[in-house]
Amino acid sequence: MSAPTANSSSATADPGTLPRIRAGGRSFLALVLTPEAPLDVWLEALDVQVSRSAGFFAGKPIILDLSLVAPDTEGLADFLPALTGRGIHVIGIEGADREEPVFASWDWPEGFAGGRISPEADIPDDSVEPPPLAPGSLVIEEPVRSGQQIVWAEGDVIVLGSVASGAEVSAGGSIHVYGTLRGRAIAGIVGRPDARIFARVMEPELLAIDGFYAIAEEMPAALTGKPAQAMLVDETLTLRPLT
Amino acid sequence: MAQVLVVTSGKGGVGKTTTTAALGAALAKTGKSVVVVDFDVGLRNLDLVMGAERRVVFDLVNVIQGDAKLAQALIKDKRLENLSLLPASQTRDKDALTAEGVAKVMAELKEKFDWVVCDSPAGIERGAQLAMAHADQAVIVTNPEVSSVRDSDRIIGMLDSTTEKAKAGEKMPKHLLLTRYDPARAARGEMLSVDDVLEILSIPLIGIIPESQEVLSASNVGAPVTLAAPDSAPARAYMEAARRLIGEKIDVTVPTEKKGLFDWLFKRGAA
Repeated sequence: MSAPTANSSSATADPGTLPRIRAGGRSFLALVLTPEAPLDVWLEALDVQVSRSAGFFAGKPIILDLSLVAPDTEGLADFLPALTGRGIHVIGIEGADREEPVFASWDWPEGFAGGRISPEADIPDDSVEPPPLAPGSLVIEEPVRSGQQIVWAEGDVIVLGSVASGAEVSAGGSIHVYGTLRGRAIAGIVGRPDARIFARVMEPELLAIDGFYAIAEEMPAALTGKPAQAMLVDETLTLRPLT
Repeated sequence: MAQVLVVTSGKGGVGKTTTTAALGAALAKTGKSVVVVDFDVGLRNLDLVMGAERRVVFDLVNVIQGDAKLAQALIKDKRLENLSLLPASQTRDKDALTAEGVAKVMAELKEKFDWVVCDSPAGIERGAQLAMAHADQAVIVTNPEVSSVRDSDRIIGMLDSTTEKAKAGEKMPKHLLLTRYDPARAARGEMLSVDDVLEILSIPLIGIIPESQEVLSASNVGAPVTLAAPDSAPARAYMEAARRLIGEKIDVTVPTEKKGLFDWLFKRGAA
């Protein structure tokens, strides 16, 4: 019960000592969806769109424009739950009268109508080609401990310390370990056979590049504990000294 | 400001309970008020090592469940008045511990004592996670062998991810305590060397406790080695570790094999 006390005491405090309220602007682009009848066909088309671009609508604010849908359209009463069930977050509805009986069961969001109209948004189609790799690398300044798992599909992983026995580092690109690599290193996980694994001290449990792997037993003993790199040569994982 | 110290290792049998008792007593000998807390619910041992097994009435689980007040469960040491024990329950299991209950007890202990030393159960599950949850710093007990070192590495990763301090985005100070170190076997290369262990775990060393008969006999008579045999090599190593914990700067010495002239002659004659 201490919170209300604290509030009331600050409310009566001298306005000069009150903390400044920080308010800043932030704008989000809300997408406007304009469904057309028949609604079941429209939902089907939406599903196809979503399946080609997973996560496109996730977390994005959506405004529903019902101006093309008559109140007596079949399935309109269940339309909002159908969108919500697809992870589409409707923050506003326009082009319809909320007093219509068909909307009785709708959880009608307040506000957010009008706004400035932006050009039609492009829904990315990621079934055609994978998004290009971001050039970013992940730099890990701490040792990677046994049982820890690092997954970085966006590019290279650079570990300044060691990767412990029982730890696992996966990278979309190459893996660089400036300490001792004792655990597993899995490079090129997004299908990049040109990825490599470098270690200042190479003592790994397992190395893999683009699905081709080698376990410790199969690695040349002469290179264990030495500075070395692993690469794919004719679909064979090959270890070479780093000179 | 009270300090909560967790003594942990991942692997069992490396000397967590012995270390909790010895370090707790050593900290108390420096004048601090200390409580040692047994988190090994279901497999309690700290009461035995502290020699308090015949005085346990209430335990940690009773306090958490509200059946007893904290003051009723705390057992004052008979040798050092500023040292207390909060025993675990032997009849329950680790599910009897709740996160909220542990948080409440730890907050109360922090008000009463300068140091709260938590003896973690082995493993990485609930019991071990609750023991480390409220720690300000950690002592990682490790034997110089590969399995213990790998388990310690796993625990260090958890200290950096699952504890309250880690969730608040702070770094937890971690100290390595090498126990059961056998200078003779180390010299023969039968154990990992101190340097090997430090290189793998890369956390600062707080002490090296030599493998010793004194530690075993101290446990059996129910006294922390720092009280039972304060002049022995392991007790001195624990005392130094405790002084490092309270911020003194003392160099860590690696124990070497000590042999009398007689041993030397005998070995030589037998060879």
